[in-house]
Amino acid sequence: MSTPTKTSPRPAVKALRTAGGLSVRLHLRAVLTGVLLLVVALAAGVLLIGTGDFPMSFGDVLTTLGGGGNPGQELIVNDLRLPRVLVALLVGACFGLAGAVFQTITRNPLGSPDVLGFAQGSSVGALLVIVYLQGSTVAIAMGAVAGGVVTGVAIFLLAWKRGVHGYRFVLVGIGASAMLYAIVLYLMTKANIVEATRATTWMTGSLSGRDWDQVWPLAAVCVILVPVILLCGRPLAMLEMGDDSAAALGVSTGRVRILALLAAVVLVASATAAAGPIAFVALTAPQLARRLTRTTGPNLLPAALMGAVLLVLADLASQRIFGADQVPVGVVTGVLGGGYLLWLLANERKAGRV
Amino acid sequence: MTARPEAPTATTPHPTGRTTSRRAEVSRLAAQNVTLAYDQRVIAENLSVEIPDNSFTVIVGPNACGKSTLLRALSRMLKPQAGSVLLDGSAISSQPAKKVARTLGLLPQSSTAPDGITVADLVSRGRYPHQGLLRQWSAEDERIVQESMEATGIGELGERYVDELSGGQRQRVWIAMALAQQTPLLLLDEPTTYLDIQHQIEVLDLCAQLHEEQGRTLVAVLHDLNHAARYASHIIAMRGGEVVAEGAPAEVVTADLMERVFRLKCQIIDDPETGTPLIVPAARTPRKAAVR
Repeated sequence: MSTPTKTSPRPAVKALRTAGGLSVRLHLRAVLTGVLLLVVALAAGVLLIGTGDFPMSFGDVLTTLGGGGNPGQELIVNDLRLPRVLVALLVGACFGLAGAVFQTITRNPLGSPDVLGFAQGSSVGALLVIVYLQGSTVAIAMGAVAGGVVTGVAIFLLAWKRGVHGYRFVLVGIGASAMLYAIVLYLMTKANIVEATRATTWMTGSLSGRDWDQVWPLAAVCVILVPVILLCGRPLAMLEMGDDSAAALGVSTGRVRILALLAAVVLVASATAAAGPIAFVALTAPQLARRLTRTTGPNLLPAALMGAVLLVLADLASQRIFGADQVPVGVVTGVLGGGYLLWLLANERKAGRV
Repeated sequence: MTARPEAPTATTPHPTGRTTSRRAEVSRLAAQNVTLAYDQRVIAENLSVEIPDNSFTVIVGPNACGKSTLLRALSRMLKPQAGSVLLDGSAISSQPAKKVARTLGLLPQSSTAPDGITVADLVSRGRYPHQGLLRQWSAEDERIVQESMEATGIGELGERYVDELSGGQRQRVWIAMALAQQTPLLLLDEPTTYLDIQHQIEVLDLCAQLHEEQGRTLVAVLHDLNHAARYASHIIAMRGGEVVAEGAPAEVVTADLMERVFRLKCQIIDDPETGTPLIVPAARTPRKAAVR
């Protein structure tokens, strides 16, 4: 390390070491990016709480969150808008994290849950409940979770051939997506106008009217599964080099893949149950995070934070531009994400990968 | 498939015939009566191979003879349908993956360098089996990574991106990664494929150096017989999923055996550089007495 060459920047990797032999590896840029994203997510969250028919200043929101607001402000912040923002943060983080897991395992930036039919799978589950059971919001959420998990397991089994491999998984997922969409269309033809409206709103993905009933179950799922996925981070980074290389380094490739994918599937399904299949967050967040950190590996935590930032910013934009609850957040992410997808496809084409 | 043809020139008795009195000499890595198959396609049946400790063993044979498959089994990338691969006396498949990775390294035929990774970063991944959640990057890790890069002649390239290196340099980076793993046994699956001739020799010289100076046991699959004859200390020649002959190059690389293993008529002469056997394939038509 005595003579660094000038051709490329020195990677800022620092190690924290203790006398007891413990050491933690830190990529400075990744850590800074993470802190920055967290600050942006929280600040945008506070702005979002202050946005609506009864606007509040940044300072007022902070005071109220700290317990110093008047009863009117407390009602608006704690009961109406805080849970919605928390749902946005959690859902965004779940999509970002799950997207990073999927893209790492499929080794393909297109291999994200929203491209692979999970959104459609959850939609089928939710629509079955809406159309045939006329179920409550809770029942719809359960239907969505079931639909997402069943889709995940089905894709997994269909793509299984001596382990799950990148392109196979992506192709099976895209096929599943098309078939599930056909089922969604069929269910829509069976629905009456009220059910169809309800179904369409759900499928667009929206944060309006989300309250603590959506926050707690999702938070509970996150508390269990996010650490599981983060613990898979180091072996997942090894998987980037190909199965043989990872296995040669002592990674139990099959076990890591199944564990991380299952956790990611449940995370996506739970997030979808809380806010609907909000498009493109899982697709874009990991790639954007990676470009910011300039660090190899799955960049799990930055991807999760980026997902949270994206969703809160999209909701903020939607509310500021179109007014409170005029345009569901899924429309905003769909438009932005669609543009990103085009750019990605063009880039992949140039690189000769598509 | 079960009856093994006699291997007249092989001096080492085959491990299946070993008696228990020689138990202490059993080598660290061995395959015992393994059946190797991809799904229904059987590549080798009841195959037994022993890798002599501290050897540079090269496995040769015609295409589809099962040499790469054997290497995959020895490196636990392929689980035998019957029999077992033994590492230090116990089945490799029953040992914890990380523990095996501290003893046995593998340079696979194809690996993908992650986008935008630097040489030092890639080599440092070789330390993975020695690390844990709370022991991610010790001073020792850092020292070994640097040493591995210097041993492979890429000590100056640490900050370069892997994508911008030449094929030969890139192969050195992967070898450095395997070295950083610090395993006494190192398996290489066709390490010279896709390289220019000068890079092939560069990589093989490096392997020889690792074998001689660091005393590591190396096992490589090579396509080029003359490379095998020059660099190996022990050659295993395979055909049709069976070991036809094994032993020192001078014993295995004979005109008779080359014809049996490769169906190749040839003369064997002394390599003027090293004195090892050099294969000169027979010409389709004899050389004209004099080209005028």
